Amino acid sequence: MSDTPPQPEPTPELVHDTVREGVVSALRAALGDGLIDSVIKPNDDMWVRVSADVWQQTGRVLRDTVGCDYFCFLSAIDWLPSPYGRGEDDPTEPPPERDNTIKQGYAGGETRMQVFARVTNLSQHFGVTIKADVADVEPCVDSWVTVYAGANWHERECHEMFGIDFRGHPDLRNMYLPTDFEGHPLRKDFPLLARMVKPWPGIVDVELLPGDDTDDPAAEAEPT
Amino acid sequence: MTDVKVNDMADRQKLSYIAAQAADARLNVELETEGMTLNIGPQHPATHGTLRIIVRLDGEQVIWAEPGAGYMHRGYEKLTEVRTFPQVTALVNRIDWLGSFANEVPFILAAEKLMDVEAPPRAQWIRTILFELSRIANVSLFLGDLGVQLGAITPVFMAFRDREYVLNLIESATGGRFHPNFDRIGGLKEDLPAGWITETKQVMKKLRNFCDEIDDLLFGNEIFQSRLRGIGVIPPEVAKQYGLSGANLRASGVDWDLRRDQKLPLAYDKVDFKVWTHPDGDSFARCWIRLQETREATKIVDQLLDGIPSGSVMAKVPRIIKVPEGEAWVSTENPLGEMGYYVVSKGDLGPFRVKIRSASFNNISIVPWVLRGVYVPDIISILASLYFILGDIDR
Repeated sequence: MSDTPPQPEPTPELVHDTVREGVVSALRAALGDGLIDSVIKPNDDMWVRVSADVWQQTGRVLRDTVGCDYFCFLSAIDWLPSPYGRGEDDPTEPPPERDNTIKQGYAGGETRMQVFARVTNLSQHFGVTIKADVADVEPCVDSWVTVYAGANWHERECHEMFGIDFRGHPDLRNMYLPTDFEGHPLRKDFPLLARMVKPWPGIVDVELLPGDDTDDPAAEAEPT
Repeated sequence: MTDVKVNDMADRQKLSYIAAQAADARLNVELETEGMTLNIGPQHPATHGTLRIIVRLDGEQVIWAEPGAGYMHRGYEKLTEVRTFPQVTALVNRIDWLGSFANEVPFILAAEKLMDVEAPPRAQWIRTILFELSRIANVSLFLGDLGVQLGAITPVFMAFRDREYVLNLIESATGGRFHPNFDRIGGLKEDLPAGWITETKQVMKKLRNFCDEIDDLLFGNEIFQSRLRGIGVIPPEVAKQYGLSGANLRASGVDWDLRRDQKLPLAYDKVDFKVWTHPDGDSFARCWIRLQETREATKIVDQLLDGIPSGSVMAKVPRIIKVPEGEAWVSTENPLGEMGYYVVSKGDLGPFRVKIRSASFNNISIVPWVLRGVYVPDIISILASLYFILGDIDR
């Protein structure tokens, strides 16, 4: 044991970040203004946002130019804060006031709903998350089925859960729900009925331990 | 393997692909007969649950196939939105119910990534050990069940017998045989019980014996080989397009394993293991890869058991967990393939949105493609070799 100060950790390799920057410039060269924003978290991951018009073209560029030929998933996010909170309201009381401003995540956004997908480059070991804004009324983007065959089921799922239309998809039947089901369950304004008919019993379990600060529940405490 | 052999294999793949297309064309031109629609399932011994498959046949040959999932949809993506972060693990346990612990890990890792917390080394090692034990429990059942689907009853009894040892280990460490719910943000619920390491080493020996038995009984069997060789060939380009993962992808010759190919706070970089690939892409290759992977997993567990670091199994985290605003994607190499969570947090007690990317969903979406042109008995063997868990398709 010596008293020398600990050596600083060696700088982690940033080779992936140069690759990620290369992806952004390749996309910018191919899409021009279609590429709206991009976020690179150093040594971690990357996000790009494109306009819905070039959604399909983005897939092609990623597959053919960038080499992301592995399709991971496709889905959507509804950025509207849930009008029902976390389903813990007492149904006998009037609902509390809630902040319903829409705030999008990484790479920004302008609409309530976004489609997002992830593709991976298996030879250079990195993935890209692509987002696109879709219109609030009759949301619609081009289908990726002709680019990545695996997008077929993901788009079907997304269509039924979010009500987003995929232009050019061969068969947008429901996967999970009955054909005549009304509504899109993963939209935030679709209530979780089990939590609507009966107060959430788990709420009684939340009681403070001695020493907990009532104002700041996230206060540091020893792990038990 | 020499270059020449690799080329041979690639040619074989191409030939099978061309043969399948030729079969398609022939069906459309020469054998214009009255078709028949056959419904397999939702309750069928070969479907591991309630998957329905509708096939249109021309004679014995499939001309169109469509799996009908959704009989087990439980809506976990919606349910996570009304749970707190620590509660989510109890839900996601039930996605792939044969390897439950493995489902918890990527979610917890995603939450830890958002919170910028890292589990202590001991917790990381134990996590990795339990992860591999789930893989062994899961895939050993596959190896036994594979025999049943092809008409051999004995292997499944052997699989249930030896899987029991692994489940007992998981139970003694976590308290739950099927649904451990043991992983916590920042570490693990508890440390390992006394004597667990010695016991695990003995079980790993038993499991290696089991693999040898299966290798002898099944994989060396001529009927088994003729039922699987050259059937259901998936070329690597198609596999990647459909997002196949795990053994299905590696059986098509794509050398990709998330345990090795990405940086995660798990102990895989501390052990020496081989990622098996097979150039054929047929049903046999998929089954063979899984057999090798079970063997490899027992070796990984053995190596990890020798080097578990000492210390705490829990990092310092707040008692009530609030996850900072952000988005994170973490995926791991689960028994069935790539399982990942895209977690969006708004700085609240619970996640804002969780997209669950499960392996079987993508693995089964290739069924309409791969079943075209095959014969009826091969439907069962192809489905068996693709290996899916219904809970993992429907979520």
